[in-house]
Amino acid sequence: MSNLIFDIKRYAINDGPGIRTTIFMKGCPLRCVWCHNPESQRPQRQRLFKEQKCIGCLSCVEACPNGLDPRELKDCINCGKCVEECPAIALEMCGKEWGMDELMAVIEKERGVMTGSGGGVTICGGEPLMHPDYLLEILKELGNRGFHRCVDTTLFAPQDVIRKVVANSELLLVDLKHMDADKHKFYTGVSNEIILENIRLAAELGAEFYIRIPLIVGVNADEENIEKSASFLESLPWKTKQVNLLPYHDIGKGKHARMHTTYNPDNIDMREPSKEQLERSAAIFEAHGIHAIIGG
Amino acid sequence: MNFALKYPGNDGGMNDRIKRLRNESIETPTTLTIERALIETAFYKENYGKMPLPVLRASNFLEICKKKTIYIGKDELIVGERGPLPKAVPTFPELTCHSVEDLHVLNTRSLQPYLISQEDIDTYEREVIPYWEGKTQRERIFNHVPKEWEEAYHAGVFTEFMEQRAAGHTSMDGKLYREGLLDVKERIAKKIASLDYINDPEATDKNDELTAMSISCDAAIVFAERHAELAEKMAAEETDPQRKAELEKIAEVCHWVPAHAPRDMWEAIQMYWFVHLGTVTELNGWDSMNPGHIDQHLWPFYQKQLAEGTITRDQAKELLSCLWIKFNNQPAPPKVGITAKESGTYNDFTNINIGGVTRDGEDGSNELSYVILEIQEELHELQPGLSIHISEKTPDEFLLAGCRVIRQGFGYPSVFNPDTYTKELMRQGKSREDANEGGCSGCIEVGAFGKEAYLLTGYLNTPKILEITLNNGIDPETGKLIGLQTGDPREFKSFEEVYEAWHKQMVHFVNLKLAVNNYIERMFSLYAPATFLSLYIDDCIEKGRDYYSGGARYNTTYIQCTGLGTITDCFTTIKKHIFEEKKFTMDQMLEALKKNFEGEEKMRQYIRNHTPFFGNDDEYADTIAVRVYEDLIKAIEGRPNTRGGKTYLNMLSTTCHNYFGSVCGATPNGRLAHFAISDGTSPSHGSDCQGPTSVIKSLGKLDQTQSGGTLLNVRFVPALLKRDEDLKKFSSLIREYFKLGGHHIQFNIVDTATLEDAQLHPDNYRDLLVRVAGYSDYFNDMTAQLQNEIIARTENEEL
Repeated sequence: MSNLIFDIKRYAINDGPGIRTTIFMKGCPLRCVWCHNPESQRPQRQRLFKEQKCIGCLSCVEACPNGLDPRELKDCINCGKCVEECPAIALEMCGKEWGMDELMAVIEKERGVMTGSGGGVTICGGEPLMHPDYLLEILKELGNRGFHRCVDTTLFAPQDVIRKVVANSELLLVDLKHMDADKHKFYTGVSNEIILENIRLAAELGAEFYIRIPLIVGVNADEENIEKSASFLESLPWKTKQVNLLPYHDIGKGKHARMHTTYNPDNIDMREPSKEQLERSAAIFEAHGIHAIIGG
Repeated sequence: MNFALKYPGNDGGMNDRIKRLRNESIETPTTLTIERALIETAFYKENYGKMPLPVLRASNFLEICKKKTIYIGKDELIVGERGPLPKAVPTFPELTCHSVEDLHVLNTRSLQPYLISQEDIDTYEREVIPYWEGKTQRERIFNHVPKEWEEAYHAGVFTEFMEQRAAGHTSMDGKLYREGLLDVKERIAKKIASLDYINDPEATDKNDELTAMSISCDAAIVFAERHAELAEKMAAEETDPQRKAELEKIAEVCHWVPAHAPRDMWEAIQMYWFVHLGTVTELNGWDSMNPGHIDQHLWPFYQKQLAEGTITRDQAKELLSCLWIKFNNQPAPPKVGITAKESGTYNDFTNINIGGVTRDGEDGSNELSYVILEIQEELHELQPGLSIHISEKTPDEFLLAGCRVIRQGFGYPSVFNPDTYTKELMRQGKSREDANEGGCSGCIEVGAFGKEAYLLTGYLNTPKILEITLNNGIDPETGKLIGLQTGDPREFKSFEEVYEAWHKQMVHFVNLKLAVNNYIERMFSLYAPATFLSLYIDDCIEKGRDYYSGGARYNTTYIQCTGLGTITDCFTTIKKHIFEEKKFTMDQMLEALKKNFEGEEKMRQYIRNHTPFFGNDDEYADTIAVRVYEDLIKAIEGRPNTRGGKTYLNMLSTTCHNYFGSVCGATPNGRLAHFAISDGTSPSHGSDCQGPTSVIKSLGKLDQTQSGGTLLNVRFVPALLKRDEDLKKFSSLIREYFKLGGHHIQFNIVDTATLEDAQLHPDNYRDLLVRVAGYSDYFNDMTAQLQNEIIARTENEEL
């Protein structure tokens, strides 16, 4: 399996403490209906097309060795010639292999501001645990260089991977989408059993982690689910008792257009929670002794 | 961490008096007053040629102080206006005499009008204009300058600061709070008595200057006494006992200062205000006038009175708020001609410094620094501007308090780094203590406060020079040959040849400007000595020389270079695409520029998106920026000026990057004709797309201690600073920039209007970072739908 990174963001301020550099790894075993990074799902390189940037110059068509119109995003040999020639960067190649030195060079550029702000590096995705060897290689290198390491994950991975990641990071940001196994499978494509077990495991291992819940009316914002989530979390031997409630936005919509795919094709009812709902949900967590923060 | 809650005395808002005065100040329209011009013209008609020039200037100032209308407004505690009323701006016909047409334009223009009645225009036409014809500083300059200078000036290669306003960026040290003008007069008298007419060939000149200074002391004392008399009269008629007491106190204060050194906070603030008014009445120097480190200056008075129990925090805040409103009551004097385009604003650039370091290099922040931040946030007027000075010694608490005000999105305070600018000042030869006592005035220019005459002389349009170079000396806007013929660029074989041609052209224009600067400096020394300001700048009295004649301890002349980002991006484009990758030929480039990229959008887009630009922490571009910067320094620095000092480089642009863009055709970096060029040392519009940390890293590669100031604008949306946690991250970004040697940074916390403009002109906003949900993204990278959503959200946050 290829180890691809599809984005590196500097001055990331919502992915853990301090100012961070966030590395986005490509590939995810989940297919959350609301996914706001749908370009992260496939582990392969893929082209994206931002129609609003296209000036219609046809440079990409001229560049294509197979005479295709690359803007149609049909399957091809992915040679990337069209992307190189596109003057307006309307075509983009999503996913790049990075050598460790090259990757560290980008991260080192931010060392000053990371140190000064108590920040570090966050690895997210996709699901970074889908590429355990590569992930651990990066985490170990970061560790050797003294960077604070944070992994943003669903914990949908084998237990030995969880153990290694916990041992090689300082903080996890863990997604919790739904307490009901069937509904979890319906909305994300996988059951929550492994995830819940691994959250427990992480807690037992003494890992520092925050739980992040995308709060979506119609999916998981009902009181029953919130109550269950809170009870579950309360039952854990968990040091850092904090959840972040992230109100739903249909951010993924525009990104699907770039891939010529459709957002929420089955028209599942998903809505943004009201301020009252957010506060009510937060209160439920607080009642279970878990600090709840609305937003990032 | 809410600083406002730290002090129990703070009631967290303006009191009724301050609210009323503030509203009045904001709502009063700006008007022109001809009073000063009438008094001055009558005085010159009667006296010109009858007394030595410095004495004439000082006597003219005295005459104005004796005759001008005195104003004390309802509820005011700090008194005195430059004009007869708040926001009434005088003219300075001895420098630039507005024509009847100018006055009509000022009265009727839609942006920043200066209202004036027809009657006053008629009087001006009859009494003022005819006398000054042929005698103004502006005419002295334009009648003298060489043709090449004039052509370059009209083409927008450079501007000239001193053709309309008096030169000088002036900030005070603490001496005005320690010595009254009667004490100053005594010092002057002693100096005059010690003049040696046998061995000192300048003794007569010194006598004239010192006599003039002494008259200037009298002028300010008379001016204050007239306020005292008016206050007494008003008190006698006042029925409200509280106001009566206030007016009596005003009278007492104005009888005491500026003749004597102030004894308490009220007197100290009033003292400053009289000195401020004296300076801006005598002449209309650039940056009006600046109290400098006022938190440090007033601290001993405040501390003493707190200990005595004679002042509360709220009372001190009220007095300072009254001063703040006074600043806002003084719009900038209106300009004419080309410079009106350079900087169209009522702002007269008073930039108050707080925090920083003390003269002995220790942390200078104190409780008054926090009081001032509160005032700035609550009053948020156009003026004064405020800057926080953040040294390694400054506590985080103060930086965070400043960041909270920045978050409000008023555009201030700006943030300065004393650890860098003291090095700049010392490199120019100032002592460690004088450098520590220095700071920034106006925009970003540094000076040794109270000890330096640092004259900014005009901006240099570096991209325009490239345009002229690419046209072999011809300005394509007019078709005129105005520069050196450095060769047809189609013949250039390498990037080095392009760079060398630009470099030659740049040195040529710098030399042209420097030669004329020296002439203009002499004109000020001869015809417009600043005999009042000279009282407050060391060592004018000691040397018996004027502020404009080398009297100051330090004498600096600056040229401000504009467009570093744009010129760097032009060079990287030419280097990479024409010479290295041969994507385009020089001929194709020149043709595209000529057509303003019409029909060449593909080429333009390729350049915009496939070229290393300045501001991305990219060595390719940053190396060129450093080279340009260092070559500008070499061209400008170290030439002797007329005052015993030297010339140096500065990197501010105010709003001149807009004017400079408007006279410059399309540039190789894909910038379209007549769009703004980059400001200060900021990356060019939309070319920095790796986030703010990359910008500060790029800027950190310039050795900023070699300039007299750099300027960095960074845009943020309010949502990025929403949480206290965000604010801490933001403040550590500032700390990091300063560790990298940054001189100054300021932030635009953008509003909806900007976001909407960003939708219309995405190319100019590629660096606009927006908080989306649990993460941040570039505004440009979002669908129109999401952009609309973000716009709606931002608006809600502001409600």
